[in-house]
Amino acid sequence: MNDTFNLSCPIPIANYEKVLLAHGGGGTLSHQLIQKMFFSQFDNPLLNQEHDGAIIEFNGMRLAFSTDSYVVQPIFFPGGTIGELAVNGTVNDLSMCGAKPLYLSCGFIIEEGFPMQDLWKVVLAMKNAAAKANVQIVTGDTKVVDKGKGDKIFINTSGVGVIQNDVHISPANCKVGDVIIVNGNIADHGIAIMSARENLSFETSIKSDCAPLNTLVENMLAVSKNIHVLRDPTRGGVASALNEIAQKADVGIFIEEEKIPIREEVKGACELLGFDPLYIANEGKLLAIVEEADSEKVLSEMKKHPLGKDASIIGKVTNEHLKTVIMKTAIGSKRIVDMLSGEQLPRIC
Amino acid sequence: MKYLDEFRNASLTKNLSEKIKKLVTENWTIMEICGGQTHSILKYGIEALLPDEISLVHGPGCPVCVTPLEMIDKAVSIASRENVIFTSFGDMMRVPGSQYDLLAVKANGFDVRMVYSPLDAVNLAEKNREKHVVFFAVGFETTAPANAMAVVEAKRRGLTNFSILCSHVLVPPAIEALLSNPYTKIQAFLAAGHVCTVMGFDEYLPLSTRFNIPIVITGFEPVDILQGIYLAVKQLEEKRHQVENQYSRVVLKEGNLQAKKLLSTVFDIVDRPWRGIGVINKSGFKLKEEFSDFDAEKIFQVTSLSTKESSFCIAGEVLQGLKKPHECAAFKNSCTPEHPLGAPMVSSEGACAAYFHYKKVI
Repeated sequence: MNDTFNLSCPIPIANYEKVLLAHGGGGTLSHQLIQKMFFSQFDNPLLNQEHDGAIIEFNGMRLAFSTDSYVVQPIFFPGGTIGELAVNGTVNDLSMCGAKPLYLSCGFIIEEGFPMQDLWKVVLAMKNAAAKANVQIVTGDTKVVDKGKGDKIFINTSGVGVIQNDVHISPANCKVGDVIIVNGNIADHGIAIMSARENLSFETSIKSDCAPLNTLVENMLAVSKNIHVLRDPTRGGVASALNEIAQKADVGIFIEEEKIPIREEVKGACELLGFDPLYIANEGKLLAIVEEADSEKVLSEMKKHPLGKDASIIGKVTNEHLKTVIMKTAIGSKRIVDMLSGEQLPRIC
Repeated sequence: MKYLDEFRNASLTKNLSEKIKKLVTENWTIMEICGGQTHSILKYGIEALLPDEISLVHGPGCPVCVTPLEMIDKAVSIASRENVIFTSFGDMMRVPGSQYDLLAVKANGFDVRMVYSPLDAVNLAEKNREKHVVFFAVGFETTAPANAMAVVEAKRRGLTNFSILCSHVLVPPAIEALLSNPYTKIQAFLAAGHVCTVMGFDEYLPLSTRFNIPIVITGFEPVDILQGIYLAVKQLEEKRHQVENQYSRVVLKEGNLQAKKLLSTVFDIVDRPWRGIGVINKSGFKLKEEFSDFDAEKIFQVTSLSTKESSFCIAGEVLQGLKKPHECAAFKNSCTPEHPLGAPMVSSEGACAAYFHYKKVI
């Protein structure tokens, strides 16, 4: 018996003997794993903010600190590579804290036999993405694992950014009456990845929306101090992000299907594959929850930015149906938009 | 989207809803056979558009729901072997067997893969000659032609490392079985549009006559379903019982002749057990003798399985339209999409999963 194993602390997830892919899918199972295994043990006030990153006060300054790992397969896909994804993902997580992203770290886990040429492509993609987002990659680490013990390349990035004194973004700040804005067409990334997978023989012109959102967020914050919540609906899609906010802020969220921008090609692919675009990953989208009085001002500022030209108000925050997301469907009736329970698409980001 | 948006049109649905309200004078119970229709009904909130007199009950047309437990245990057993690549449609992966589901087999390190077409499984077999590729051929008349085609194609390519675990079932015998139950509440059927796309609707004529029951071949979008309900209610109110085709933009009376020919080339009709319902005479497909080299059950000879259903699950009654999902004590308590006790909680077409996801407070 291993002495360091504390028998007074039984494994909190008794229903599963092994980790399933669905535990990483961003839905209910992911949440159970994170809450029961990680939050319960690492418990501290900064972690318990349950934000896209931790917000740390330090010598009168507020820093945002965030990390993410990228295991997307395939590593090259229409509209991007794992390299851009790794930089933009962490830039966006920091932006969702209201921070100006400054410095990134990166850790590579590379499988033995990975072509140098491919690694070079990934590195150049990261360099370009960092330049575009105006961040610097300032520290890193490289590990190589035996062939068959990894899948080509995994990348982790962490990042820090600075938050202006008058910016206060948090899911808990969400208020009844606030308006929900999305910056453009949803579900592009997930469908682009699907179309690039070898076992799916459908062709589309859909490209990943992978992009850094920091300048869009800067412009939005410049016109309004009443942006209460920012969230990038990556894994699990818009539906999971809105459910998380409704639960964290103890409010109801009401959205209208007809107001949610989705490309025709994406709708078509979803119909064909049996997916709901609300649950499909995005990598260049944000949901902003804004005080109603400022919503038109923020929307028109977003529309001036290339990443916000298709922005749309999709719903509002209400004091009815607390902790639940309800959608008015295209035919005018209402239904629940639940948290995704298992995996809809494995390993999208 | 062309050909979809028109059938999700708010003013058309409202119009149909009002027509149904005007027409109805007494209580009617209508079963939609197909899980795809159940899903649409819940997803679009169609029940809210119907008058109180009309009660929809949800039928057994969810392929993963009615696949017998023994078949799932066989799949788990075959998938848990070295040198096998086990392939399946996505939904089947999470259906609970007696002990494990296919995802658990995958997590245990065996090669279980989700495919979108049985022909992908044939291609996998061609690329991996040292392995045996099995495809879990489940579903109704809709998926059967593609699965038959996979077997024909594997034979044409001379593959000796491809087989299907066949558990195909047929709709008309199930309708007959449901109506033969003396406790049935069903007064009209919305038949499954896509099944009829393949098979046509000749088989439904004698059923409608014998059981004095309206059968409306119905599509899957909100306007289709409301129009199907309208036609069924109109028949009921007028004391008629006929087969009508709401889904005429897709379904021909004779069906898809090429697909039907393929089915009769590859499959024999046999008695099949349905999960939750029991054995129904002549209700499924089995590979013909000349294709038995592609029959995974023959190749792998899985025996000594002891199957065990959850004693709390009332899936059988739900699938027969005798009870609704929320009338089950386990619903949302011990049975959730994360921990399904029965198959209807797994598939997006399963009535229990549809109730769970879409029907909490409204």
